[in-house]
Amino acid sequence: MSEVSFSFDDKIYKGYHGEPLAAALLRNGLISITNSTYDARPRGIVGLGVEEPNVLVQLVSGTQESMLPATIIEVVEGLSARSLTGVGALPEDPGEARYDKTNHYVDTLVIGAGVAGLKAADEHLRAGREVLLIDDQPAPGGHLRHLGEEIQTELQAVLAHKNITYVKRCTAVGLYDQNYVVAIERRSDHLGNTALAKHSRIRVWHIRAERIVLAPGAFQRPLIFANNDRPGIMFSHAAATYISKYGARIFKRAVIVTVDNQGYHDAIRLHNSGVLVQGIYDARASAKGASVDAARVAGVTISFRSTVLDTVANDEGALQAVTIQNLDTKETFKVEINLLAVSGGWTPIVDLTTHIGIKPKWSEQHAAFLVNQSSDKLQTVGMLAGDFGDDDNPSAFFGPVLDNEQARHAYIDLQRDATLKDLRRGVEAGLTSIEHIKRYTTIGTAHDQGKTSGMLTIGALCQLNKESALSPADVGTLSFRPPYVPVPFVALAGRERGELSDPIRITPLHKWHVEAGAIFEDVGQWKRPWYFPKPGESMDDAVRRECIAAREGVAVMDASTLGKIDIQGPDAAVFLDRIYTNMFSNLPEGQCRYGLMCKADGIVFDDGVTTRLGKNHFLMTTTTGGAARVLAWLEEWLQTEWPDLKVYCTSVTEHISTIALVGPKSRQLLGELVTDIDLSKEAFPFMHSRETKIDGIPVRIARISFSGELAFEINVSWGHARYIWQQLWALGLPYNLTPYGTETMHVLRAEKGYIIIGQDTDGTQTPYDLNMSWIVSKKKEFIGKRSFQLPYLKAAGRAQLVGLLPEKEDEVIPEGAYITALNAQPDEHGKTMHTGFVTSSYFSPMLGRGFALALVADGLKRMDEMVSVPVGKKVLQAKICDAMFIDKENIRRD
Amino acid sequence: MLNIPCPHCGLRNETEFHYGAEAGVAYPDPNVLTDIEWAKYLHIRANPKGWLAERWVHFAGCGKWFNLWRNTITHEIGLTWLPFTTQPKSPAPESYRNGQEGSKA
Repeated sequence: MSEVSFSFDDKIYKGYHGEPLAAALLRNGLISITNSTYDARPRGIVGLGVEEPNVLVQLVSGTQESMLPATIIEVVEGLSARSLTGVGALPEDPGEARYDKTNHYVDTLVIGAGVAGLKAADEHLRAGREVLLIDDQPAPGGHLRHLGEEIQTELQAVLAHKNITYVKRCTAVGLYDQNYVVAIERRSDHLGNTALAKHSRIRVWHIRAERIVLAPGAFQRPLIFANNDRPGIMFSHAAATYISKYGARIFKRAVIVTVDNQGYHDAIRLHNSGVLVQGIYDARASAKGASVDAARVAGVTISFRSTVLDTVANDEGALQAVTIQNLDTKETFKVEINLLAVSGGWTPIVDLTTHIGIKPKWSEQHAAFLVNQSSDKLQTVGMLAGDFGDDDNPSAFFGPVLDNEQARHAYIDLQRDATLKDLRRGVEAGLTSIEHIKRYTTIGTAHDQGKTSGMLTIGALCQLNKESALSPADVGTLSFRPPYVPVPFVALAGRERGELSDPIRITPLHKWHVEAGAIFEDVGQWKRPWYFPKPGESMDDAVRRECIAAREGVAVMDASTLGKIDIQGPDAAVFLDRIYTNMFSNLPEGQCRYGLMCKADGIVFDDGVTTRLGKNHFLMTTTTGGAARVLAWLEEWLQTEWPDLKVYCTSVTEHISTIALVGPKSRQLLGELVTDIDLSKEAFPFMHSRETKIDGIPVRIARISFSGELAFEINVSWGHARYIWQQLWALGLPYNLTPYGTETMHVLRAEKGYIIIGQDTDGTQTPYDLNMSWIVSKKKEFIGKRSFQLPYLKAAGRAQLVGLLPEKEDEVIPEGAYITALNAQPDEHGKTMHTGFVTSSYFSPMLGRGFALALVADGLKRMDEMVSVPVGKKVLQAKICDAMFIDKENIRRD
Repeated sequence: MLNIPCPHCGLRNETEFHYGAEAGVAYPDPNVLTDIEWAKYLHIRANPKGWLAERWVHFAGCGKWFNLWRNTITHEIGLTWLPFTTQPKSPAPESYRNGQEGSKA
């Protein structure tokens, strides 16, 4: 291993390339590293991996990372990290790192490359299956790695098999139904800064496997005693590994406190590394096994029915001495040491199995919750399945009996600084469920999500309820939720950031709009011009000018985003009769008709103009946002109810561009461009459609108006739209042709009371509620008709569409404002009941005043009634009126 | 995320599909139903704990509607069938989740 320099808390240290940062910090003598979040107590390294609750650091070098345990960071040249107290800061610089994702389908997924996982992989390979093996460590071997031992040659051969893919540094973070696993692979941090150009930093794996083998291993458990959080108190397995494998020779004298034989294994490792092991204190009454014999041979003092009761700190807050208690006689004595190696038993990593609702089962023999699954789809092996090896006989002991003073600093969750005293308070408050205790005490809610504290909580609960002989089997485990370890949001986003976060749809005229200085509005994924300000103009100025141009001169709008569905087939007319509330089979060819469609429940769903292009050929238009929804609706009925109808529906939204030429002078301007059609109102009436060519380009012109003005909609293929648009502009200057955007479109349509479904409706309106009984056919059957007879759609109090005129003419009521009865007063609960709300509200240049559309209870029967509209601290007054504000006689459209 | 077998395109991610509620609820003749019967057709659907016959549409693929059996507890998916073909029998209540919840369903 090569020596490298790294910095920690702005000091330079030496370390070895690839070793855990935790090991390097310990070897450099850092025992007290950080302060705890809530109690500001000195803390040091406790664990070996993702279970580390204390030493969280912020990565400052390379790609900044706000919070990672020091146990999983690999030291590289130039690494720079800072200790954290609870809260990490998000980096301001997004960095250059790339993130990607991959999908993987495989016969067998094995999670965990320890001995159990490798053996399982071998079996599945022998059965002729392809295997994906993922493991969160930098190398295979699981616990063997920590012992510094090589894996057996047979298992080495497994990794060389042609049908295995082994991915290291890859953590399964979620197990979902149907054997779906999400995993996070860290690909470049361990290579240092230079790697980013070649590698994505994190890859998200979406894995689907026929079979899954879970071999996640286990975490060592702490014990609950007074002042159990001091730097120098570590898991025995972690302490032995840092000292014997990584050479952190900073602890001279140690005590082992244990409930199983693991403590003996680690005592021998410490002893062999030159640490003076002052004693093994075992809570059990006796112990036997190879490791126990080996400890005896090594001459280590072993005391049974003994454990740690309390600890003492030196001036720096690190461990100086422990108080040992005989569990039977309650006699205590002190031992001066600087390392307390704790072996509180093993907690198999049940997290992933609980993600899909599998409940782990308590095994008294293992003093642990296990998951035994051996179905064809999901199999658990290794420690998770109870394979703890021959040499063990753990006890379900979680700590000595503590008084309230001792319990005050007997930590269960080191990250949350939650103590046994907090837990007692929860139990005294009457909480019995582990899930309630978790929420009451915050245990298990921090960065580590209870990896070490969860089992302690269960154990402590049993101890507090000794009289009722509560066992962990009765308490049950916490439900873990994905992700198993924190996942950076940038990894989940992958490449779908910034302009790639959502598709952007533009019309063929988009470039022209940009050049004309349009301000854009997002309508779904579409970019639509909102208004076209001239230099120095405000939005209000521009909209006013655009409105006047449309009402008094000629104006033009890009309506290409309109949803368009081409409907063909011998039964097309019959089909439309069933879909729309009004009749379409009697529409002559070459004519257009406005239609309204309802769902079966009678609620208005979409609207638009449909043109009959031929006997069996219609072109339907829908709202801009509704196109996909309406096409899906038509297909649903054709496929699942009326397969006998011969009708074919095709989305042509992006095939046909629509240019709306609007205003009293539109006929004259269009007449200069189109000379072979008589555009007069007699020859080309309202709601008629004509086909012709402009400079050889086929166009279809329709007299459709969404403003109430004389208007022509020019439909042309998407690719020719820009040419036709330019021809209009070449002729338009003498007419002061004015482009307008969606805001002006809204003012114009609202002045005529033309609704926008979804804005002026809230998903509860029938055509009758919209005062559109004229469009409901009495002669034919259509979707939704039966529902109009339902009593609740005819009842009083329904929200109905009306107009609203604010009392003060210059007032524009905010859209969404609630409407109350005139001067309504709060009831005894301080609440004022509303009677409706404003759906659309604008200033009308034509009327010279503000006006609005609103949904009001029984509104159609309340004409001329004054109502109140509370807006912030003000209360406006307004009058209910008809929802058509100009040209009630429909004169202007001709 | 479910993996759904489209009868036309094969196994695809759930994100390519839209759910269409319970299968086999035919559009009735509206005019022979009482208000209550009609309201039941509109609003009442089976919501069992266990196997449910459902309609799905592969909107981001072939655009076709089809039916399938899905276990509402374990999300296991059984046989699929096309509209206007015979609905196959519901699968046995099998599950790998400790066998408890699944077998109760």
